[in-house]
Amino acid sequence: MLKVPVMADVFAQGKEPEYLFWVGSAGSFDDRAKKITRAFVKLLNKADVDFAVLGTEESSSGDAAKRAGNEFLFQMQAMTNIEVMNMYNVKKIVTACPHSYNTLKNEYPELGGKYQVIHHTQLLAELIKQGKLEVENIQLNQKTITFHDPCYLGRANKEYQAPRTILKSIGVNLIEMPRSKNNSFCCGAGGAQMFKEPEKGFMDVNVMRTKEALTLQPDVIATGCPFCNTMMTDGVKNEKQEEKVDVKDVAEILAEALKL
Amino acid sequence: MQWIPNILFAIILIAGIYYFVSNVKKLIRNIQLGKQVDRSDNTSERWKNMIKIALGQSKMVRRPVSGLLHIVVYLGFIIINVEVLEIILDGLLGTHRLFLPILGTSVYGFLIGTFEILAVLVFAAVVVFWIRRNVIEISRFLSKEMTSWPKNDGNNILYFEMVLMSLFLIMNASDVDLQEAGVGNVISQFIHPLFLNLSTETMHLVERIAWWLHIVGILIFLNYLYYSKHLHILLAFPNTFYANLKPKGYFPNNKTVTNEVKMMLDPNADPYATPDTATDAEPEKFGASDATDLSWVQLMNAYTCTECGRCTSVCPANQTGKELSPRAIMMKTRDRVEEIGKNIDQNKGVFEYDGKQLLGEDYITQEEIWACTTCNACVEECPVNIDPLSIIMEMRQYLVMEQSAAPQELNAMMTNVENNGAPWQYNQMDRLNWVEEE
Repeated sequence: MLKVPVMADVFAQGKEPEYLFWVGSAGSFDDRAKKITRAFVKLLNKADVDFAVLGTEESSSGDAAKRAGNEFLFQMQAMTNIEVMNMYNVKKIVTACPHSYNTLKNEYPELGGKYQVIHHTQLLAELIKQGKLEVENIQLNQKTITFHDPCYLGRANKEYQAPRTILKSIGVNLIEMPRSKNNSFCCGAGGAQMFKEPEKGFMDVNVMRTKEALTLQPDVIATGCPFCNTMMTDGVKNEKQEEKVDVKDVAEILAEALKL
Repeated sequence: MQWIPNILFAIILIAGIYYFVSNVKKLIRNIQLGKQVDRSDNTSERWKNMIKIALGQSKMVRRPVSGLLHIVVYLGFIIINVEVLEIILDGLLGTHRLFLPILGTSVYGFLIGTFEILAVLVFAAVVVFWIRRNVIEISRFLSKEMTSWPKNDGNNILYFEMVLMSLFLIMNASDVDLQEAGVGNVISQFIHPLFLNLSTETMHLVERIAWWLHIVGILIFLNYLYYSKHLHILLAFPNTFYANLKPKGYFPNNKTVTNEVKMMLDPNADPYATPDTATDAEPEKFGASDATDLSWVQLMNAYTCTECGRCTSVCPANQTGKELSPRAIMMKTRDRVEEIGKNIDQNKGVFEYDGKQLLGEDYITQEEIWACTTCNACVEECPVNIDPLSIIMEMRQYLVMEQSAAPQELNAMMTNVENNGAPWQYNQMDRLNWVEEE
């Protein structure tokens, strides 16, 4: 049973949780992403992290609207969310979505939302370091995993290590794609592409990236973004490799390793 | 009569510098057609970036082969140009190798020797560059924006450099005094025998012709810059200095929108208040549809671009066959701002409407703009920190906020965000349903 405190309830009890877990629209509604959300909450519960979610008071971060060019809609969303978060005196935010992470961290401060924002892989790496998630006896060295860097975590915010640290801590055979870290190749979903058909070309971006990952013959393609997850999952299906290769979020891989 | 060469030299030199300065003025005027943006913060970090990226070429070596070859040409270009100082003084004063007695044979010999070795290295590197462009046919030099002038421009620059380096070595090889003194002729001593069956006068004539062509060639090259992609040798420095320092994921928040949204969300705001026209004389246009809607940094980016195409070679849209090429975005922006500049010059300082825009069928199409995934690969890759993505984003803003011209699916997505706070059509009240689903 998941323990998911809701901010309004916690606040009514006169408490301020350490973290606001920003679930994001994908994490709340997308069937695949919801599994990532639950895996992450299992880890938060296991490590006894003091957190709460906004629940029905959360609204789209506005990232997709902004990247689609609708600055007005973005700022409406941002300021509405900021009003809610400031009312709850939010200080730290953790999110499993690099798009929310990026906009909350970089674009909200100017609009009055000043928080310490971290990506879920950063928090999980820290919890492992602090010994709150015990991984010492886990050695998954038969599992070959390659990590696909999300653009909005990697190039946009220069976080390349946290997800890799987690994967290494559970002893998986971590191998890198030819294009990784700051040279990583996009999954094709960013900039609101997730919500539209691609322009005319000879291949879809997600297919090209998945082909690159599949050359390594991994057991799992690891992601840190719900949109990358969708794109890579579709790519693997397109290549008819779904029987052999899984696409999983780093949080899911860690939760499974801990048998949660 | 003996002063004639000196006067001729002075005239050529002044003319060369005069045209160069007037081109630089035009360049600055065109860049200033862009909107103001404040990049005066963090000067120490800006200097560090300039020293590391432009002077230190740190991003060039991300591609080791072209990076190292480029460093050879770059160092050669800077160091060999020390010799130009002597050439200019000799030309004006009618002296010959003025620095030889001043510096002494060992120092002078060391310098000339270094220049000669670099000249050979530069020549070799430039030949490899030419082969890469024309024989090996590396794909980033074959894109559709790299035909006609851009292709010829790239080769012209290589020919220029080959000729200048050859002239420098011939000038030294046919210089009897230098060869007899035997100082610094590390390379030219092997070319010298080719001239040995010439008479002294003829050999002297060869030396003079090479000397004149070399300096005149340099002045022509200097004035070629403005018309070519080669302006990067000057603009790489200010371009890296004024580049964005914020995280690449940060896209600026439009201040006008902020004020409007604040008004809308303020319960105490007077709903019937008329906008303060005194402070906002002209309602600002959202985003960019023409080059002059862009900032001066974006326009400087366009003039700095040397069309290497590294951005395009890492662009996910381009690599999967879409119309978008970040390099073409920069090239079209430059072409358009040049066109606007010429228009202003022809119409006595005032731009006369020409029915064209940067965003439109003449230059950048909507298809290109919507193909971008905002992945920042182009920005990361650019050896001189050009930001094509910022131009794409401003054009999207224009299309959506001024024209309501987003693709249909994106309009649906935005409607959902407006109505139910998510890009899909789900009820806000269902946001916590995931807790119960196992």
